[in-house]
Amino acid sequence: MRDVAVVGFAQRQMPEFDGSPTCVELLVPVFKELYEQTGWTRRDVGFWCSGSSDYLAGRSFSFVQAVDAIGVIPPVNESHVEMDLAWAMYEAWIKIQTGEVDTALVYAFGKSSAGVLRRTLALQLEPYTMTPLWPDTVSLAGLQARAGLDAGVWDERAMAEVANRSLTDAEKNEYAIRKGGSSVDELLARPMYADPLRKHDCSPVTDGVAALVLAAGDKAREVRERPAWLTGISHYVDPMGMGVRDLTRSPSAQRAGAALDLGGVEVAELHAPFSHQELILRTELGLGDDVAINPSGGALASNPMFSAGGIRVGEAAKKIWSGEADKTLAHATSGPALQQNLVCTLSGSTEGKNN
Amino acid sequence: MSRTLQAPVTVAFDYTRSTGPVVGRFLSGLRDGVVVGGRTSAGQVVVPPLEFDPVTHEATTEFVEVSSVGTVTSWTWVPEPVKDQPFDRPFAFALVTLDGADVPFLHALDVASPADVTTGMRVRVRWAAERVGHINDIAGFEPLAPGEAEVAAPAAASDEPVTGVVTKVSLDYNYAASPEESLFYRGLNEGRIMGQRCPTCQKVYVPPRSACPADGTPTEEEVELSQTGTITTFCIVNVPFLGQKITPPYVSAYVLLDGADIAVLHLILGVPADEVRMGMRVKAVWKPKDEWAYSLENIDHFAPTGDPDAEFDTYKQHL
Amino acid sequence: MGKQPAAIIGIGQTHHRAKREDVSMAGLCREAIDRALLDANLTLDDIDAIVVGKAPDLFEGVMMPELFLAEALGAAGKPLLRVHTAGSVGGSTAIVASSLVQAGVHKRVLTVAYEKQSESNAMWALSVPLPFNMPVHAGAGGYFAPHVRSYIRRSGAPNHIGAIVAAKDRNNALKNPYAHLHNEGTTVESVMASQMLWDPIRYDETCPSSDGACALVIVDEDTAKMSPNPAWIHGTVMRSEATTAAERDQVNPQAGRDAAAALWKQAGITSPIDEIDAAEIYVPFSWFEPMWLENLGFAAEGDGWKLTEAGETAMTGKIPVNCSGGVLSSNPIGASGMLRFGEAALQVRGAAGEHQVEGARKALGHAYGGGSQFFAMWVVGSEKPTN
Repeated sequence: MRDVAVVGFAQRQMPEFDGSPTCVELLVPVFKELYEQTGWTRRDVGFWCSGSSDYLAGRSFSFVQAVDAIGVIPPVNESHVEMDLAWAMYEAWIKIQTGEVDTALVYAFGKSSAGVLRRTLALQLEPYTMTPLWPDTVSLAGLQARAGLDAGVWDERAMAEVANRSLTDAEKNEYAIRKGGSSVDELLARPMYADPLRKHDCSPVTDGVAALVLAAGDKAREVRERPAWLTGISHYVDPMGMGVRDLTRSPSAQRAGAALDLGGVEVAELHAPFSHQELILRTELGLGDDVAINPSGGALASNPMFSAGGIRVGEAAKKIWSGEADKTLAHATSGPALQQNLVCTLSGSTEGKNN
Repeated sequence: MSRTLQAPVTVAFDYTRSTGPVVGRFLSGLRDGVVVGGRTSAGQVVVPPLEFDPVTHEATTEFVEVSSVGTVTSWTWVPEPVKDQPFDRPFAFALVTLDGADVPFLHALDVASPADVTTGMRVRVRWAAERVGHINDIAGFEPLAPGEAEVAAPAAASDEPVTGVVTKVSLDYNYAASPEESLFYRGLNEGRIMGQRCPTCQKVYVPPRSACPADGTPTEEEVELSQTGTITTFCIVNVPFLGQKITPPYVSAYVLLDGADIAVLHLILGVPADEVRMGMRVKAVWKPKDEWAYSLENIDHFAPTGDPDAEFDTYKQHL
Repeated sequence: MGKQPAAIIGIGQTHHRAKREDVSMAGLCREAIDRALLDANLTLDDIDAIVVGKAPDLFEGVMMPELFLAEALGAAGKPLLRVHTAGSVGGSTAIVASSLVQAGVHKRVLTVAYEKQSESNAMWALSVPLPFNMPVHAGAGGYFAPHVRSYIRRSGAPNHIGAIVAAKDRNNALKNPYAHLHNEGTTVESVMASQMLWDPIRYDETCPSSDGACALVIVDEDTAKMSPNPAWIHGTVMRSEATTAAERDQVNPQAGRDAAAALWKQAGITSPIDEIDAAEIYVPFSWFEPMWLENLGFAAEGDGWKLTEAGETAMTGKIPVNCSGGVLSSNPIGASGMLRFGEAALQVRGAAGEHQVEGARKALGHAYGGGSQFFAMWVVGSEKPTN
């Protein structure tokens, strides 16, 4: 396989964006930032791929106008997934692996606040017997959290510890929407919201865009002294049915992690929109206490739909670029209760690649 | 004045779903007042039945009637129900394993407070007053006191197999125009057609754009456009369709306003449809001012100016 | 490092109909998948990864339906991707699936594209009224009809060219048991006599609205050896441009021209009309056949209609186009592009049945979407590519 690295990352996040759901206006400055980071122009980008959802925007073909932000004369080699940025990155990584292109810029956008997000996401469910009940995202996560609490797989304190650490770390993240930790006891003293979840157990509704730049071999080395090499990338999906899954587990996350060499990971950015989901992921990925989890604050601090997974990759890459870490992990999720998961490892060196 | 124009919009449709034989069997059961599960190749009874077996991938063919009484295996409180959930007051969503089934299924549980729910509690199906072959034929679960039994459902109105189900999807959004579009719509509300020039390629866009599609640069310099232009190309609409406002035939045309580098799509009236030509010169005809809004609809239509047609060479690059 | 060889060894499609009320969404997809797997002599358990494509989620009212379909499609426990690139999506999805093999990441990839238009109303889904925006006043064909008029004006094509295409494709569809429309006795005259809907587009010159799915099994060189007739991928290309841009050529879009040029180069083709034996081109309105013949380089600009008029796009012509009956005869939107790609593969496998072009060795599959702005195409051949 070719050596491919993440060499650029930019984002915008906000509680409520007042512009068009196509988010073109936010993508323009993000692309500009990436051209500055890489020293490229748009013509140096071999492949473009975006991630977004029509239902988030409330209209068909919401991604179509987003290509304007690229500037598409001459036309571009471009694709779109109705998935998170992390999977757009996967498609681009594949494209580079075929040898067809050496570079890619992937982006994603979503204006969650345009509708009632937790209700909109009920449209993701099985349409005959689930969606008509409109089970909202928070409720589905609550069922999962309760399953783990009842089974003794985790407890409220562990959930509060996740929230407290995330909100404390988020103070250092200029893009975080919710920030400010206090103490585990104080968080536990707060009232239940959707029993067994308190508000801080649930990610905030966030609007935003994010983008990543990938480059192969010497192209990557030209951009950065220390490119964040994608030494492994893997993704799987589980059945959706809430009844047929063990909700305390995420087999697809386990499988994605098991396909990679996770030894020596120093930092892991996990896309866990609910506090207990981080606990599941840590177990499934076998991450020990020596691994720093979500120093960015993670999804509990900010969870822009369709880019939050890819943002984990960007945050994990930054730790490599800066030399703060030699090996990091990024994870993205999609679907109800951790149904679909992608895991990748990033490294300061190209040795020890999994694929 | 807010930066952008915003307005509510509802995206609603009653989807007509064909269920196929497996989901159809489950919904037929609900209509008949029984809960039907499907047996997997591993012998498990799953409610609702899986359309295809997780191991053999074959369609499920063995169906099992299970009890309408079961046990809560997990639950969550819904303090602020969203539109169209089974109850409009706080309730619980629960996973319930019905007696005779091996895995739980999801529905609402009607209790007054989270203190009234525990994992392991016994519950029973409360049937809806009217059953049509829909998941909402189960109004929800309700607690089952010791000694209480399941409630038999009244007879069904039909015995035809259910093959379809209507799912109402209605989503409310707050729609925002981009800042550039907002400039355009605000101009229309004052009787003006506003465009913007791209600082990179110098083309004048109407409506203006958050990014010029040619080079990705936001359009900037405001340009008020002429209300006169040229029809570049058009079609004559002869077909009636849902939501149509004008009786066919009429002409839908691309109008290149003088001073713009891109055409806008609009109606041509004031001339028989079969006399409209490529190159015809037209001008905007506005609705009465008291009908104006933030919309291109303020221009009722374009009508011929009577001037000689534009030469093909003057607009051919806009086709 | 170059692309790893990849071949199509399984092709399946549904019987396309206006309403497939006998199946669920999963059932529709599985009908195509099971036929593709049977063709490939593989089972779902042999598949490494699954790529799903379909057009806007508003059509069926399910957000990212691949998530609920995962288990029924056999994707549980496997990698699953969902592509959406407007009308070209069926083609783009096949290209993404083939790239998984060409990258050397997977050996056996299943891809499926579908649309169940009868769950809603496509015209509603495509034109949900938005605040401030003027309501669509021209309907579905109203977007493309003005560009057809522009083509006629620029090329000087006679008025009946569109009818020739429609009559040809409808008669070709009679040879395709899966086609939605089986309109016996369609002639140029009967098409010309059909109602003018969006002048210059007549009723018989428009595509139907269909429920349907298409699935392909795409495999690496080793796996392809087990097939008696693999269709080898010789080139794949995707290109995009804007819906609306100042002075954008909407008749002969640059993205299509660029894509074709790159495709022919990749496939080592110097004279498409001489080297391509069959073409499956995305023609939802009949006039797009001559337009795309020019855009693809089968004819010089302004000359595409001459090929059509001379009968060169008929099954017996120099460049047979849409022997399957094409989009004009079956249009499950999200699957329509993959059907073009799959039908091209059927031709070079000698497996197209009654609509087989004898001895076809290289074929084109083509899809486009949006406002003629997203293009996806591939060339497949009966021989493994030498480049």
